[in-house]
Amino acid sequence: MRDVLLVLAVFLACAVEAVEALTIVLAVGVSRGWRSAVQGVGAALLALAAIVAALGSTLTFVPLGALRLVVGGLLLIFGLGWLRKAILRASGFKALHDEDAIYARELAAARAAGRTRRAAVDDWYAFTLSFKGVLLEGLEVVFIVVTFGSNQGSIPLAMLGAGIAVVLVTVVGIAVRGPLTRVPENTLKFAVGVLLTSFGTFWGAEGAGAHWPGGDAALLGVIAVVAITALVFVALLRRAHDRRVPGSPPVTEPVEAV
Amino acid sequence: MGSVGRWLRSFGAFWWDFIVGDDWRVAAGVVAALAVTAGLAAARVPAWWFLPVTVLVLLGMSLRRSIRHAGNR
Repeated sequence: MRDVLLVLAVFLACAVEAVEALTIVLAVGVSRGWRSAVQGVGAALLALAAIVAALGSTLTFVPLGALRLVVGGLLLIFGLGWLRKAILRASGFKALHDEDAIYARELAAARAAGRTRRAAVDDWYAFTLSFKGVLLEGLEVVFIVVTFGSNQGSIPLAMLGAGIAVVLVTVVGIAVRGPLTRVPENTLKFAVGVLLTSFGTFWGAEGAGAHWPGGDAALLGVIAVVAITALVFVALLRRAHDRRVPGSPPVTEPVEAV
Repeated sequence: MGSVGRWLRSFGAFWWDFIVGDDWRVAAGVVAALAVTAGLAAARVPAWWFLPVTVLVLLGMSLRRSIRHAGNR
């Protein structure tokens, strides 16, 4: 069960980040040409793979209790950040991520920039923009792959979840030839926030020396409690938002599933 | 400040933003909650309940701060 949840959490987190990276790469490729944009993506993926390999092999030497304490704490901080933003977006207190607007902004900036050649790269601007976009969006995924994978003793399984998400998003992006605006990004972020917070709580407490009643099965209970509490927060904040801005149009998508 | 100083500063700011995010109180609360859990476990008191309860309280407080901040803008 924990393996399934591991792949699911990595897949969802990676899908969200891949959609954001795809928006940047598409804008660069369409406006500046694909050669340098693809070179930038390749270089970033190599850098991310090197970070996973280096961190993954290092973390296997850390005692499991200490690893769970540190990783649990980091996942909790990360997960609570994702969850807070997803709740604020779902309740109308924060604007939803608009991939169309981001794509238009990146497209205009890329068209306005000058062109310089460096080494084997025809267009340095296109290369660096693609590289930065993929590297920065990928760092969170690397963090999740390494922490989940090392805690479960299965980095390859975590990489499988990430790989499926990247391939799926890329294939759909090529088929659509545009930013993936129909992906329910906030719902995905909500689900990832719930999973990261739950795994972080479970591993953090275990790493601190606590024993969960029911052992591993307690993780499902933690996920349920975190998800229900987050949905209650969404409902309460929606009401507060409506009171503050009476008659305001719904600016959020429903968080229909976790 | 020299270029090395500026680079170090932006490097530190990147990792602070990446790990801690925009609400440092949540990070501090998580660290404190883990310490209390470890203390309870060391004293052989049932400790599993403390972290989930604290995490949900931290989430609620962080949401409250965000909304107040949004209301003050």
